[in-house]
Amino acid sequence: MGIRFILLVNKQGQTRLAQYYEYLTLEQRRALEGEIVRKCLARTEQQCSFVEHRNYKVVYRRYASLFFLVGVDNDENELAILEFIHLLVETMDRHFGNVCELDIMFHLEKAHFMLEEMVMNGCIVETSKQNILTPIQLMDKAS
Amino acid sequence: MNPFSSGTRLRDMIRAIRACKTAAEERAVVRKECAAIRAAVSENDQDYRHRNLAKLMFIHMLGYPTHFGQMECLKLIASSGFPEKRIGYLGLMLLLDERQEVLMLVTNSLKQDLNHSNQYIVGLALCALGNICSAEMARDLAPEVERLLQFRDPNIRKKAALCSIRIIKKVPDLAENFISPAAALLKEKHHGVLITGVQLCTDLCKISTEALEYFRKRCTESLVKVLRDAVNSPYAPEYDIAGITDPFLHIRLLKLLRVLGQGDADASDCMNDILAQVATKTESNKNAGNAILYECVETIMSIEENSGLRVLAINILGRFLSNRDNNIRYVALNMLMKAVLVDAQAVQRHRATILECVKMIVLMSWKSLHGIGRARCSKNTSYNFIHTSPQQKHHSLLKVHFFNGKRPNNSEKHYKSHLEKYKDSDASIKKRALELVFLLVNDSNVKPLTKELIDYLEVSDQEFKGDLTAKICSIVEKFSPEKVWYIDQMLKVLTEAGNFVKDEVWHGLIVVISNASDLHGYTVRSLYRAFQISSEQEILVRVVVWCIGEYGEMLVNGIGMLDKEDPITVTESDAVDVVEIAIKRHTSDITTRAMCLVALLKLSSRFPSCSARIKEIINQHKGNLVLELQQRSIEFNSIIEKHQNIRSSLVERMPVLDEATYSGRRAGSLPTTVSTSKGASLNLPNGVAKPAAAPLVDLLDLSSDDTPAPSSSGGDFLQDLLGVDLALPSLSGTSQAPSSGADMLLDLLSIGTPPVQNNVSTADILSSGTDTKKPVVPLERLSSLSSPLPTQVSSAGASPVMDLLDGLTPNLSTPGDNGPVYPSTVAFQSSSLKIMFNFSKQPGNPQTTSIQATFTNMSSNAYTDFIFQAAVPKFVQLHLDPASSNTLPASGSGSVTQSLHVTNSQHGQKPLAMRIRIAYKVNGQDVLEQGQVNNFPAGL
Repeated sequence: MGIRFILLVNKQGQTRLAQYYEYLTLEQRRALEGEIVRKCLARTEQQCSFVEHRNYKVVYRRYASLFFLVGVDNDENELAILEFIHLLVETMDRHFGNVCELDIMFHLEKAHFMLEEMVMNGCIVETSKQNILTPIQLMDKAS
Repeated sequence: MNPFSSGTRLRDMIRAIRACKTAAEERAVVRKECAAIRAAVSENDQDYRHRNLAKLMFIHMLGYPTHFGQMECLKLIASSGFPEKRIGYLGLMLLLDERQEVLMLVTNSLKQDLNHSNQYIVGLALCALGNICSAEMARDLAPEVERLLQFRDPNIRKKAALCSIRIIKKVPDLAENFISPAAALLKEKHHGVLITGVQLCTDLCKISTEALEYFRKRCTESLVKVLRDAVNSPYAPEYDIAGITDPFLHIRLLKLLRVLGQGDADASDCMNDILAQVATKTESNKNAGNAILYECVETIMSIEENSGLRVLAINILGRFLSNRDNNIRYVALNMLMKAVLVDAQAVQRHRATILECVKMIVLMSWKSLHGIGRARCSKNTSYNFIHTSPQQKHHSLLKVHFFNGKRPNNSEKHYKSHLEKYKDSDASIKKRALELVFLLVNDSNVKPLTKELIDYLEVSDQEFKGDLTAKICSIVEKFSPEKVWYIDQMLKVLTEAGNFVKDEVWHGLIVVISNASDLHGYTVRSLYRAFQISSEQEILVRVVVWCIGEYGEMLVNGIGMLDKEDPITVTESDAVDVVEIAIKRHTSDITTRAMCLVALLKLSSRFPSCSARIKEIINQHKGNLVLELQQRSIEFNSIIEKHQNIRSSLVERMPVLDEATYSGRRAGSLPTTVSTSKGASLNLPNGVAKPAAAPLVDLLDLSSDDTPAPSSSGGDFLQDLLGVDLALPSLSGTSQAPSSGADMLLDLLSIGTPPVQNNVSTADILSSGTDTKKPVVPLERLSSLSSPLPTQVSSAGASPVMDLLDGLTPNLSTPGDNGPVYPSTVAFQSSSLKIMFNFSKQPGNPQTTSIQATFTNMSSNAYTDFIFQAAVPKFVQLHLDPASSNTLPASGSGSVTQSLHVTNSQHGQKPLAMRIRIAYKVNGQDVLEQGQVNNFPAGL
């Protein structure tokens, strides 16, 4: 299992999406999110995109006002995770059309569906944007 | 519309929450929403179940408890419509976890959905199962998942593959069922199935050696082929990232190959070609390509050795290091550090190239200063690192600047703006780079490397200086080819970043200086110069003051001039100036000031012309608020005034400190015997032979690294030498006497043993120092260490004498003459209590010592409920007999005795040490005293 959690956080440090692939209690999650967000948001652009925190390595990338934080095991390929974040953003972009924070807030369940199609149990399932989006588009048509 | 009514739409709730200004407002909104949802749940509201769950997920994300929605999830999953199921499964994955009982209820729904005719519903069920399945569910549903691995739609097969990973992790016994279906997945063309299939194989290999063998034998070749196809595949728009088709698949394949190749030469052989192809052909100008290269390097370094490949791998890392992207550098540094551990030789072979790159990183600010780094370092990615390249010319250009040693002639402002720019360059990268430099240093490159690091110290930012200083010091200590170089480098570090130097490092420096008798003059003159430049570095000041105190006359007379030195003229009063400046600087702390006072005392005898002025300076501290300084200045003053005749012998140079013992101590282990160098005496210029007394090492051993157990004398440099132990004067077991001149002398003198072959003994000085006018203590008696000594110096009182004995005992108990008789010691003394220890050993059992403890009450009140407790280090066993009484009569009119039996399992290697605690009641009030006993005679 490579990916332990995926967090989307805005500039103010508010969580916009959280998906964990391991069990943490509510309190642990809150504490972890607080610590990591504080750490990552304080970093400057010159600094690298990897932060070691507790036993995780957090790979983060900023898109406008949104931070994408992915917690991974220590032996995970950090560069690949960066690429994965980009793939996630591109997929959301294709679906929402120029995705922004509000799209994710108001369509939280769709964001989750996309993530579900991309990652399962901490492993990458699918890397083709078309394959990821097909079920979601089907559902949109049905409803 | 009222956003808080139960009919709120999801959108409205999110708006309401977003509109909240404070956390309290948000809590209120969430509370109302939760109440509405609960109400809806209890009414069994069908229509809005779906929306309520979506709201709950949002509330859950914000970090509020949502357990009451769990049953709703189950109901939604059980309903027939796809949208309801979908949100129900999502809720299941977000709100529930495998530890909850509720989960058991979902097993049946899952089973039904896994067999559903609609493949999207099957996909949902697989996804949920893959994310939250527990061991029991895994057992129940494994056959379904196994069957779905052969499902017609690849989108189901890929999910079934990942679901299998979860199952085999929960129930490893099931692994064997999945081996052959997993192998079948590797033949697929669909990328999703391939990537998950490869992942499944990797996890199977980790769980079962049987699977590992199976895949190694049967699949290595086909995997190599899959990777080759992926590398050579034509442009595929769906999977293309920066010109590479599905880098994620590449990476997973490389990972699996790594697992298969590790520890198996045949498998490793089989994949050599493709690894070489990936390493050479992959485009490295985009992140995706670098991710593949990085994974490839890791695989090359992990599989069985192939030197050609390793060269390739290290070259890639070298190229990464010179990349401008901090992320790439970070992974390269990480990988190199791993590689050093795996194959130090391969890395060492490329040490030169790596060092160049790492220096570039560490020395980033320099690069920016020269303004040439950026132009050169731009997208120059395709050059081969090993060969000479424009980049290396650039390095050498850089070097020229370094070795000129000075900043370029840019305006100061320009220089600063560049510095600002790089101030926040990544600390974790610099730290790693430094770490790597440290791993790569060896005897041949230590000199130029240290030079550059020290140059960098000047411009590095404050947070980094601590790390950098520590590393430089440790490199210098470890690889120093000669003493003069070591001293030079340390002085540079002290000048540049003295405040970051750790105590043990400058103590080590003093030990080395003390040993380098031919460099004393050179050192003190260099220090004098350094002080003129940077007097604000506290640690530098301490070393300067110590050396001027010891070798002041060499500073003035220019003794021991080296060829490379520029002559300087320093008058005696210049030297005193330095100490005066140091003591008057208001940033100086007590330690420094105390050292200044000692230095002044020493100088007063060496520079008679300045004696009056020194006295004046010392006198200014008579009123110092710090007791210790006040006491020292008063005592020193009386030495200068009243004891002219003995002053010069009192303040003689410190004997040479024993390096071996000191470094042994620093390494955390005590030397086997403290008394190592009985015969090794050193003739100082003044003709007085001094023993090279090993216990002196104690003097430099600051308590910063004092582990309670091995410290044989609790020897704190300052505590023993200067007595500036302000915090716990009563705990050290030494120096309890009222302040008097004699006390000071004893402290100063408790440093060495009277050399048997010498006619000027310490005891001699002592007896005259205390004005007892007693005859010289016969040396034979001293060395046999019998008790008459205290009576000889009766006026000094018992405790200072014990001080003297502290210093003497380790050396005197040489194997030849000690026998089973040990002197009794005062283990503990406070104003209210005194504890004497008498020692005896049974012949033939050297490890065990019987200690008879005698407690005496010094106060005028009787003690009741007297309890004595003791603790010893792990290597010692302690047995306490009951005390003779638990009541201690007042005013020393009676005593309590108690027997202790200690067994030192490291007899002869480590000395005894003991912590003691004494509890008793005075007039019904509890009193607790504690202390440490370090003055056990050697050999126990």
